Amino acid sequence: MSEAMEAQDAAAGEGGETKHMNMIEAINSALDCMLAKDDDVILLGEDIGYFGGVFRCTAGLQEKYGKTRVFDTPISECGIIGVAVGMGAYGLRPVPEIQFADYIYPGLDQLISEAARLRYRSAGEFIAPMTVRSPFGGGIFGGQTHSQSPEAIFTHVAGLKTVIPATPYDAKGLLISCIEDNDPVIFFEPKRIYNGPFDGYYDRPAKNWKGREDAQVPEGYYSIPLGKARTVTEGDQLTILAYGTMVHVAEAVCREKGVEAEILDLRTLVPLDIEAIEASVERTGRCLIVHEATRTSGFGAELSALVTERCFYHLEAPVERVTGFDTPYPHSLEWAYFPGPVRIGEAIDKILQD
Amino acid sequence: MAKATDRAAGDKGSNRPKLALHVPEPRYRPGDTVDFSHLGITEPGAQPRPDETAEARETYPLCDDLIRVLGDDDKAHGPWDPRLDADTLRRMLREMALVRAFDNRMYRAQRQGKTSFYMKCTGEEATSVCATHALAGDDMIFPSYRQQGCLIARGYELTEMVNQIYSNKGDKLKGRQLPIMYCSKRLSFFSISGNLATQLPQATGFAMASASKGDSRIAATWVGEGSTAEGDFHSALTFATVYNAPVIFNVINNQWAISSFSGFAGAERATFAARAIGYGMAGLRVDGNDPLAVYAAERWAADRARSNGGPTLIEHFTYRAEGHSTSDDPSQYRSAEERGEWTLGDPVMRLKDHLIALGEWSEEQQEAQDAELDDMVKAAMKEGEKNGILGHGLHHPFATMFEDVFEELPWHLEEQSEQAIREREIKFPEGLKK
Ligand SMILES: Cc1ncc(C[n+]2csc(CCOP(=O)(O)OP(=O)(O)O)c2C)c(N)n1
Repeated sequence: MSEAMEAQDAAAGEGGETKHMNMIEAINSALDCMLAKDDDVILLGEDIGYFGGVFRCTAGLQEKYGKTRVFDTPISECGIIGVAVGMGAYGLRPVPEIQFADYIYPGLDQLISEAARLRYRSAGEFIAPMTVRSPFGGGIFGGQTHSQSPEAIFTHVAGLKTVIPATPYDAKGLLISCIEDNDPVIFFEPKRIYNGPFDGYYDRPAKNWKGREDAQVPEGYYSIPLGKARTVTEGDQLTILAYGTMVHVAEAVCREKGVEAEILDLRTLVPLDIEAIEASVERTGRCLIVHEATRTSGFGAELSALVTERCFYHLEAPVERVTGFDTPYPHSLEWAYFPGPVRIGEAIDKILQD
Repeated sequence: MAKATDRAAGDKGSNRPKLALHVPEPRYRPGDTVDFSHLGITEPGAQPRPDETAEARETYPLCDDLIRVLGDDDKAHGPWDPRLDADTLRRMLREMALVRAFDNRMYRAQRQGKTSFYMKCTGEEATSVCATHALAGDDMIFPSYRQQGCLIARGYELTEMVNQIYSNKGDKLKGRQLPIMYCSKRLSFFSISGNLATQLPQATGFAMASASKGDSRIAATWVGEGSTAEGDFHSALTFATVYNAPVIFNVINNQWAISSFSGFAGAERATFAARAIGYGMAGLRVDGNDPLAVYAAERWAADRARSNGGPTLIEHFTYRAEGHSTSDDPSQYRSAEERGEWTLGDPVMRLKDHLIALGEWSEEQQEAQDAELDDMVKAAMKEGEKNGILGHGLHHPFATMFEDVFEELPWHLEEQSEQAIREREIKFPEGLKK
């Protein structure tokens, strides 16, 4: 970055003026900011150029930065990710978009065997500084191929970072950090909350981000460090570990039940803010883990093991997990599948009764 | 911010020529005037027809040309004329019109909130209906998501389709699949995946299995031109030629993959039919809006496969007249004129005009048939609605959510099933209303 730009940044302070943004706008703003700041940043993906992406996250960016910096790709996820590895080797910072997280699988070999290990196997001679953005999660009647939460697969791979924002403010700040990071990062965007937070009550009117503090987003550059959780609410009764859409569902359940929980929005699964988790569980003595993904071998299992290993003598009740079920995502029974308020409420009651 | 890496071998001061990145661009964007004359469409009837048992390389000129039968005079021309009788032609016309009527009604149903999603195949009806007629009834079809015409050509009950689209309690797939992701083992129609191109190696595997058992069934599979960029396409073609599998690859080149034109799948450099050449496979490029040409090409490939001549790749050159799905607005990325200006016309109209030219049909009959088909669709929708529409409570019982994950229910799914039922009881203590 040039000195002039650094000076400009400093003058803008913490990102300068703020503006109300939904999650899509915040992501767009982060990409805009990084494209302006560093001409090594380039965006690629299916339908992201002229059209601006099926969720409009890249709208207007091709027009602004030209089609060699923001461009459409063939429908080939292994191509998109493999090409990004090569671009990284050249010295660019590619930000590939995979249209839905469900479609990342054809690109897995390039991601898992190549991008994740390039630094290690070349002893640091080559790196893959890419941020793979992809909408994930259910609650939009997307059926089995537009609803999955595959984050655990990636946390299991050595060399990948996994980041999941839960608010527009975080989406921008975290995405900027990911793009600046020299390691490959998976940035999962909870698509259910692109346009507004979701409390888990599908039969109530949808909310938007209007009027919320966490949707006031600085227009300029700012970043949120990876590996730092966010305390959503403070409380002594129990600790709830969540990320993405489930942060909002957990918050709503606690509010409605009058439970004083300390809700931690993990924000990044790898690297994980273990200090914040330990400090909170040691204080409350109870821990609930909530995620949308299927239960068996989900990231909740890892969190549960960590909490048990590190906080065992502080625990007053067994660690509980609330998750999606171990079935593919069902189209018509989506709301019976989704870990909603009832499932979370039951688990909270169970933890508190002991 | 630190640079990601030092530039590799950056000899920047040299006077070597500067490289440039090419990013394809479609000819027309919103607001542009459209002219399709560059397509260089050749005369109907002018394309040679090699014998079905010919060497693959004899088909290679046809990978660049375009097999056409129906001329501007509405008559059939040349060696590819399949010489079908009037009854078969009328049946194909009826089924194509039925697909269109069904699409129109179901599209509206989605807009009315009766389901979550729908995909039309307007303008592409021949590529599924007529191709299916060229196959045997038990040949296995591995479809993509725009081949409702294959099911209709095999006589699938419209109500079954409606039930699937509404994910209601009559849905044979138990409400698990996205609307339009049908499946019918009885009609040899494989389950549709939302993950593009995965059906191609599967079709090849089915064909290999059939060959290894000395069976007579062949496999046919459909894929969009955009999806030919997926690795699965290339794996499938490799296996198919290595083992001479009796499989037909139908590439539906409808020019657009959501907002990306065919150039992003490589169309600027070669036709999709020409992909066959590199594999040593037979390839045909067909006017996909010409029902007779589609039938003839598919029949040629089916006969070839059935006589152990091996696989064929057919590019159906057509146009996606409507949006990609109910989630997309084509006016955002392509000229509104494109649809009207498409030089190869409309498959339904072309077959209708052909039958009229033969003296086997009339405008009045067409009109009456359209009305009849629309009534049929409406009746099927009513029937389906009795079983419920999406999100209105008339779905399969919650316990079914845990069935079919495995053949038998393991302990953890049983526990989860109990959890799901308990949740409903907590939410609706007086019992489920619907
Ligand atoms: C593996 C995978 N990647 C991306 C998608 C998202 N997607 C759905 S349809 C589509 C376009 C497909 O275009 P094409 O193959 O030309 O078929 P068409 O829709 O034009 O019939 C894309 C990118 C997907 N379904 N699966």
